[in-house]
Amino acid sequence: MRIPQSEKELTFWERIYFPEVFRGLAITAKHFVVNMIRHTLRLLGFKNVPKGAVTYQYPEEIRPISTRLRTMHRLARRADGSPRCVACMMCETVCPASCIYIVAGEHPDPNIEKVPIRFDIDLGKCIFCGYCVEACPEDAIRMDTGIYNFAAYTREGMVLTLEELLAHEPAPYVSVPTQDKAPDPGPLAKSQPVSAPASA
Amino acid sequence: MPTLKIDGKEVWVEPGTNVLEAAKKLGIEIPHYCYHPALKVAGSCRMCLVEIEGMPKLQISCHTKAADGMVVWTNTEKVRKARQAVLEFLLVDHPLDCPVCDQAGECYLQIYYMEHGLYKSRLRENKIKKEKAKPIGKHIILDQERCILCSRCVRFTREVTKTFELGIFNRGNRSVVDLYPGISELQNRYQGNLADICPVGALTDRNFRFQTRVWYLQQAKSICPGCSRGCNIEVDYNISREYKAGGRRIPRIRPRHNPKVNGYWMCDDGRYGYKYVDALDRILLPRRLDEGEPVELSWPAAYTMAADLLSEATKEGADKVGVLLSAKMTNEELFAARKLFSSLGVSRIGFRVEPKEPGYEDDLLIKADKNPNTKGAELLELGLGAGKSDVSALLDAAEAGEVDTVVIFNEDLSKSSEAERAEAVLPKLGRVIYVGTNWNATAAKADLVLPMATFVEQEGTFTNFEGRVQRFWKAVEPLGESRTGLSILAGLATALGLEPVSENAEEVFAELAEQVPAFFRGSATRNLVSTGNWLRARLGRR
Ligand code: SF4
Ligand code: SF4
Ligand code: SF4
Ligand code: SF4
Ligand code: FES
Repeated sequence: MRIPQSEKELTFWERIYFPEVFRGLAITAKHFVVNMIRHTLRLLGFKNVPKGAVTYQYPEEIRPISTRLRTMHRLARRADGSPRCVACMMCETVCPASCIYIVAGEHPDPNIEKVPIRFDIDLGKCIFCGYCVEACPEDAIRMDTGIYNFAAYTREGMVLTLEELLAHEPAPYVSVPTQDKAPDPGPLAKSQPVSAPASA
Repeated sequence: MPTLKIDGKEVWVEPGTNVLEAAKKLGIEIPHYCYHPALKVAGSCRMCLVEIEGMPKLQISCHTKAADGMVVWTNTEKVRKARQAVLEFLLVDHPLDCPVCDQAGECYLQIYYMEHGLYKSRLRENKIKKEKAKPIGKHIILDQERCILCSRCVRFTREVTKTFELGIFNRGNRSVVDLYPGISELQNRYQGNLADICPVGALTDRNFRFQTRVWYLQQAKSICPGCSRGCNIEVDYNISREYKAGGRRIPRIRPRHNPKVNGYWMCDDGRYGYKYVDALDRILLPRRLDEGEPVELSWPAAYTMAADLLSEATKEGADKVGVLLSAKMTNEELFAARKLFSSLGVSRIGFRVEPKEPGYEDDLLIKADKNPNTKGAELLELGLGAGKSDVSALLDAAEAGEVDTVVIFNEDLSKSSEAERAEAVLPKLGRVIYVGTNWNATAAKADLVLPMATFVEQEGTFTNFEGRVQRFWKAVEPLGESRTGLSILAGLATALGLEPVSENAEEVFAELAEQVPAFFRGSATRNLVSTGNWLRARLGRR
């Protein structure tokens, strides 16, 4: 949405156009030169020169992400693969975007009792605040799949269902690469099976 | 009159009142579990301890009678510590199932823990395992682990229903609430109340189980339309999360305390009988039959058609029209309908429908008359003279050819004692208009069907069997295109060019109270206060 802003009167200097164009070019050129000097000096071994800016060639080259980044949700599973979630609806209650939709059903084991039969998250509405993860008393909903590149052609396509949420695996973060090393595409290039399924 | 001092404030009470009730009079809530004002005192939970000057030990306020000159302290350090300790004991074997427990949000363990507990758990033992999720009746499910053994449920089955199904078995921390041996399930017709009086989530409602969370619900004060007792109820509705409870907007209803009508209770037929309001067979659009084929109509077209049918019929003579109102309609609707049809010249306005079998009745709450407003209709002097059934009188007239147009309001004649005769006679009539909430055999054959709102979708008053006029409030909007009875009558009046009818129940009630001597003169609906109990129709003083 365009936010209307009050227009500033241009000064004479700005109105003659060319001086401002050259000022802009000068800024770009300054960044280019400064970064080139920094990269060259560091290459020559001057380690106390500040780092130069880096451009990632996304999507071929993937930027490392922090392990605590809130990414697409998943629902943890019990040893038998059933959802660990007990449909307490805490996440649904706390969600500021009201984008979690839970319908509860009976679990055959009276010691578990309650299980979601529908659990939808509308990612089109989700603001990735992570409150749902905070609120969960069962540690069942997590935002650690490492998936952040998702899009859909329809609003319905943005809805994650119970099956999808259960199928998600946690991102197997190996280490958090620093910018000095070559970026490690690991977590997103391919996901590995979870080592031990979560159990209650 | 004993006068005592509680927390420094003086209060006088009736002799025999206990200290807990005396404090309530001052607005001081003493936490308690086993005490229930409608049941005998058990004194088993020890949560209601208070300090009374001159007594060496703390006393349970539910079982201590208020005495003159007593000085009571409900919130001293000693009392608070004792409460905390009691709570810690009650929770020793408690499973803390809150995430899966339907009581969460209105559980007195949670409430009092947050208000008076807040201790750190010191328990190092394993908790005792007991039976969980055990259905003990058609409507009730028991979780023995969550039970705090307050015995409210046991006393309820002993003192209120007198059916003696529940008892407490075993001893010490292995005690459990259960059905007596030889009883396979609860047999009383009031078992829904067990879920209400259980202060924790040990007894919960199977109808409400896992449907939603209590904090998603909003409340509207209402009156149960299940029988002529008119129990005061609270309609719990959910409109913000429409995917809950299988799309039902009303996941549950609960009794509302009214000492003059229903006390704290309501029966199961009323409690679970409201489901037609969200049923799939609700009539959602006006509909007419064209050569036996149903055609859906818009409201303006429906009003025009109804007005045409009625004016055609009255042209042949107003006594050719028979109207069957319903004792399920509000006083306001009945009054407005009476006004509208009498200004058309119609005199055959009945409402009595005799059921196939007489209804069940007991001496607690349930009445045999399953209509909420029979008394109201009688006070409005509706009905076709003597006899139990206005349906029979109308069918007699129809068979004799005196009536060829009928307007039926929300009564399924196929459920009445005259089912066979109605089935034979109705199709032979010239015109049948049906105004109602749900599809049924009578509606299916009507020439014109108008969808009407249910009791949760409108406001109004019912007059119960003792002549008590009780107000109820609207909870949710009418489903689909349905409209309230008043709104339908208003539309008809306009289409017929008659004196306008107000759609506002309060205005109609004010007019009704002015014009019908049986209702208090000049008392408008707004005088009926929220306990539901207000205004007694002036019985026998016309
Ligand atoms: S991250 Fe925030 S907005 Fe998204 S589902 Fe969770 S609570 Fe809702
Ligand atoms: S808070 Fe956790 S356990 Fe509760 S419904 Fe959400 S995911 Fe399930
Ligand atoms: S009874 Fe109360 S405290 Fe116990 S599990 Fe249910 S909500 Fe929680
Ligand atoms: S089941 Fe509920 S009402 Fe009955 S004794 Fe236990 S806690 Fe009390
Ligand atoms: S309420 Fe007084 S002992 Fe339980």
